[in-house]
Amino acid sequence: MNDPLIVSVSPHIRSDVTTARIMWSVSASLFPATLMGAYFFGPRAVITVALSILSAVLCEHLYQKALKRRSTVGDGSAFLTGLLLGLTLPPVVPFYVPVIGSFVAIIVTKQLFGGLGFNIFNPALIGRAFLLVSFPKLMTSWREPASAFLLFDARTTATPLGILKEQGYEKLVEVFGDRLTLYSELLIGHRGGSIGETSGIALLIGAAFLLCRRYITWHIPLSFLGTAAFMAWVFGGKGALFSGDPLLHLLSGGMLIGAWFMATDYVTSPSLKSGQIVFGCGCGFLTMLIRLKGGYPEGVMFAILIMNAFAPLIDRKFHPRTFGAKKQKSGGVP
Amino acid sequence: MTVTSFKGGIHPPEKKELSAHKPITGASPPARLVIPLIQHIGAPCKPVVKVRESVKKGDVIGAPTGFVSAPVHSSVSGTVVAIGEFPTATGKLVPSVTVENDFKEEWAILSDNPDYMSLSPDEMREKIRAAGIVGLGGAAFPSIVKLSPPKEKPIDTVIINGAECEPYLTADYRLMLERAVDVISGLRIIMKVLGVERGFVGIEDNKPRAIHAIAKAVEGLPSIRVCTLPTKYPQGAEKMLIKTITGREVPPRALPMDVRVVVHNVGTACAIFEAVRFGKPLIERVVTVTGEGVREPKNLLAKVGTLISQLIADCGGLREDTAKVIAGGPMMGFALPSLDVPVTKGTSGIVAMTAGSIAHAESFEPCIRCGRCIDRCPMGLMPSMLSIYAEKGFYEGAKDYGLFDCFECGCCTFACPSKRPIVQLIRLAKSQVKP
Ligand code: SF4
Ligand code: SF4
Repeated sequence: MNDPLIVSVSPHIRSDVTTARIMWSVSASLFPATLMGAYFFGPRAVITVALSILSAVLCEHLYQKALKRRSTVGDGSAFLTGLLLGLTLPPVVPFYVPVIGSFVAIIVTKQLFGGLGFNIFNPALIGRAFLLVSFPKLMTSWREPASAFLLFDARTTATPLGILKEQGYEKLVEVFGDRLTLYSELLIGHRGGSIGETSGIALLIGAAFLLCRRYITWHIPLSFLGTAAFMAWVFGGKGALFSGDPLLHLLSGGMLIGAWFMATDYVTSPSLKSGQIVFGCGCGFLTMLIRLKGGYPEGVMFAILIMNAFAPLIDRKFHPRTFGAKKQKSGGVP
Repeated sequence: MTVTSFKGGIHPPEKKELSAHKPITGASPPARLVIPLIQHIGAPCKPVVKVRESVKKGDVIGAPTGFVSAPVHSSVSGTVVAIGEFPTATGKLVPSVTVENDFKEEWAILSDNPDYMSLSPDEMREKIRAAGIVGLGGAAFPSIVKLSPPKEKPIDTVIINGAECEPYLTADYRLMLERAVDVISGLRIIMKVLGVERGFVGIEDNKPRAIHAIAKAVEGLPSIRVCTLPTKYPQGAEKMLIKTITGREVPPRALPMDVRVVVHNVGTACAIFEAVRFGKPLIERVVTVTGEGVREPKNLLAKVGTLISQLIADCGGLREDTAKVIAGGPMMGFALPSLDVPVTKGTSGIVAMTAGSIAHAESFEPCIRCGRCIDRCPMGLMPSMLSIYAEKGFYEGAKDYGLFDCFECGCCTFACPSKRPIVQLIRLAKSQVKP
């Protein structure tokens, strides 16, 4: 018998879900997408992702050591941030790019705000946004996927969304041959783009895993994708309403990785299901607004970041109904 | 009859298999008993015996000092050897009477009245009051108060709570199996006292044998129905139980009688039956002694005042790696600083947990806003906000988030991946502000 007996406040049992387990599981769920990225873009892509992860973890560790705090790299959140950042980068970037991105993500966005749980914005996305603004050329030069793992000299080319923006839908279909090929290539990942957003199938496998383990719920991703698809269908066509191609928009760019893996970040999204639906719809709406009307071909990143800023506000507006109370208390709480 | 359930809740490992198959057996009679004079919620009792006075089994040794109170009786015949403060399960010092057992088991009063159902409601109430019966589910609220609703609050439904949703505990389960008829007799007494025509026994669907036993006992009684409840903690919390069975929601800060319902625990129903038929005071109860740390888990019929260390000895003692011993269940029970504290009327179980089976709460992390606690909270609160406010010392802010609607069920803390001690923080906040 333990002497003295442990005395603590109830409850005396806890579920076996821990923050670390969630973070590592999300990282694991991105493995298929990472693998496809490596397959299509070759070793340079692997190096880019690895550098991004390594510098994220190091930044977190060194920062906390410098402040004489307990290092929290074991909880996997820095690893996940690095991985997500790496997956949103073009396959070939100078080595300093992921390092700077991770620094901005971990130190500026997360640690300076107080560490995990206190950041307002998704660290990986801020890291990426910073890179996009600082190195616009580097961040938008894409390599056409090189099917052979070791092929290094693929052409610099555009992403499907880039072609769509610059040259229109017909040209895009022409580049891929026909519409069916376009969809299937987008699903499999044979296209230009960031390392991790390339293969729709791989991302969906990871998302299914997270849903099954209940680490995420459908509320944010489906409202996100649903709104985006609806907008793409209504406003996405040339001229007439209701002539857009929602499938193209869902499968291209960062839509899937954003909706399933970034907008669902607990810290930077609303906690309540009802608020999450509003959040998701907002993300979808802003994404399509930027894609269709904005200057950038892709809008997922800015859409999520803008909605991140609204998340605390949404959380204030939505409250659960107290058991036995007459009405949902909304906005009544400071 | 199957039903839909309340929102939220959790599914902790049940662990009932450790003791569910063990019939109720008598604990070995203790040589000395320490009987606390406060075993209930409400006013304390004052001692009515003196040191060296001899008492019989069932003699009143503590008399109530208010309406919300219950008399305390001697659980054995013997001699009073001390009156003074003694620690109880919660760690508090409580005035207690120590009785030395003469092992004669001489009863003060005990008479069988087979015609007990023809007693008037007031006669029944008087017997229940005199027997010192309190809720045996753990809260230990004096039963007589629930049986004397004010005139302006009519009651139309009585529910017997057989949910026993706390993991590990099997005392109520065994009572339902072994004494189904007595439980139902108790329910019929309660219905008669309250003049109610509708009775339910709510049992979680993980106890099919108990459902079967109770269903048999209510055959031919059209006013009583067995209600199969989805297994989910805290199904046995009064408000959740009422919601599941009747669909009614007890408003915040209100009582079950405000929605015309009275709930009593299975063990309480048994005790009420014994009080009304035999005039037997509440001096013993079934205690589940279980957990990975107990060598031989049992369901023991223990006299009030028996030291917990003695019950554990009856169960073969503790294993080497026992790290924590809990009075009550693992979700809402109290961790015992010492095993030399007495069993009281509210002690439903003793759970000895090994290092491997308890939560390690040495360190916790910041809230990652995952929303799990909000989803699980059966009261519809935002435990994350409550804990954050309490942590920062903004106790008034916590009040706006329904601090006093929390009944400390522990679902939020169980579910939190950051292992935040939410209930502990909530208790801290509650102690710092007025409701
Ligand atoms: S302990 Fe309180 S806040 Fe936590 S789940 Fe239970 S009622 Fe809700
Ligand atoms: S479960 Fe824990 S981490 Fe999640 S929102 Fe609640 S308090 Fe925060």
